[in-house]
Amino acid sequence: MTGFIEIFFRAVFIENLALAYFLGMCTFLAVSKQIKTTLGLGVAVIVVEGISVPLNNLIYNLLLRQGALSWVGLGHLDFSFLGLLSQIAVIAAMIQILEIVLHKFVPALYNTLGIYLPLLTVNCAILGASLFMVQRDYSFVESVAYGVGVGVGWALAIVALAGLREKMKYSDIPEGLQGLGITFITTGLISLAFIGLAGIQF
Amino acid sequence: MSLKQYVTAPLLKENPVTLHVLGICAALAITNSLTSSLIMSVALTTVLIISNATISLIRHHLPNSVRMIVQITIIASSVTVIDQLLTAYLPTAASALSVYISLIVTNCIVLGRAEACAMNHGVRRSIADAIGNGLGYSAILIFVATIRELFGNGSLMGVKILELARDGGWFQPNEMLMLAPSAFFIIGFMVWGIRSWKPEQREQPEFKSMVAPREVEGQ
Repeated sequence: MTGFIEIFFRAVFIENLALAYFLGMCTFLAVSKQIKTTLGLGVAVIVVEGISVPLNNLIYNLLLRQGALSWVGLGHLDFSFLGLLSQIAVIAAMIQILEIVLHKFVPALYNTLGIYLPLLTVNCAILGASLFMVQRDYSFVESVAYGVGVGVGWALAIVALAGLREKMKYSDIPEGLQGLGITFITTGLISLAFIGLAGIQF
Repeated sequence: MSLKQYVTAPLLKENPVTLHVLGICAALAITNSLTSSLIMSVALTTVLIISNATISLIRHHLPNSVRMIVQITIIASSVTVIDQLLTAYLPTAASALSVYISLIVTNCIVLGRAEACAMNHGVRRSIADAIGNGLGYSAILIFVATIRELFGNGSLMGVKILELARDGGWFQPNEMLMLAPSAFFIIGFMVWGIRSWKPEQREQPEFKSMVAPREVEGQ
């Protein structure tokens, strides 16, 4: 059990996708002006990561990897080169289905997540989590812990940045540094703080 | 604009990274080594050219409702080809880049150029645009990587340039440049530099400071 907790906390703090691996940066820098919108986006990322990483884990382990098809007697086939195509397709399809289901059954949540769901198809944090899952060879249960963990970590990072940017909008920033420049530097400082957590041993 | 201008404009004036904030996602993590950055630049430019050319060729036959899926499939296929080639011929470099080559699929520059240029323009112009944006992106990567590797590790492309203090030399490396946050600082300052030089790229502040009352009275 401690293994799963370790994977979760590692994914949230030490190996934070946004601050240590630079994933999902485009959305991270563009949509971090208000805490309210980032909360909606954060929840959407947690939900999508929590479903897509385990789903890709199942598909990879049962259909694509070398010897995975031995249950239908085709053990000599290796489809792992199709991994990338299948992962992006799974993510795109899953987001589409999630959107339809939420729209029908949980309209309140649908309205909160709204425009962010389709955007997440091309968010590197979502695809990156699935790729790391394959690279590190997580089991199904581990992939659930990892998926939820990276989602929480990314959400935490973007809410923190939005909090800082909300305070910062009244400050007198040099003209060339307005907007993008100062956001980069702020993100760098948050990232530096997160690196300090790397010394934690489990 | 002539074809040449499509290649030169994205280098500085309309740089995809510093002006449009596109494609920084995967790129910054690999800029601690110049070799990785060069391979990443070549890989991205190749993918961009293939995808822009292909999408531009089939743009008249592409129904609007499924265009994103087709675009992503084309991009993902060309990335898979590049990824397999790298794993076969440059295995050490491929393992250093780990998942970041695959992440070109979700690099906003590729999809962004497909949507903004290849969907509405001819093949020649799309290829020129792809080369320009690829080079603009590469320029940023190579610039950041040179600073990080030279001052963080005293070497360039693995070749020792500055003799490190721990090996008996004179140069005390800045270890922070090897860590993730330094890339944010370098790009942040780079954006500052470019925008001080080219004021038309500046963003307007959300709140203007109020005019001091004395100046108003004076009028």
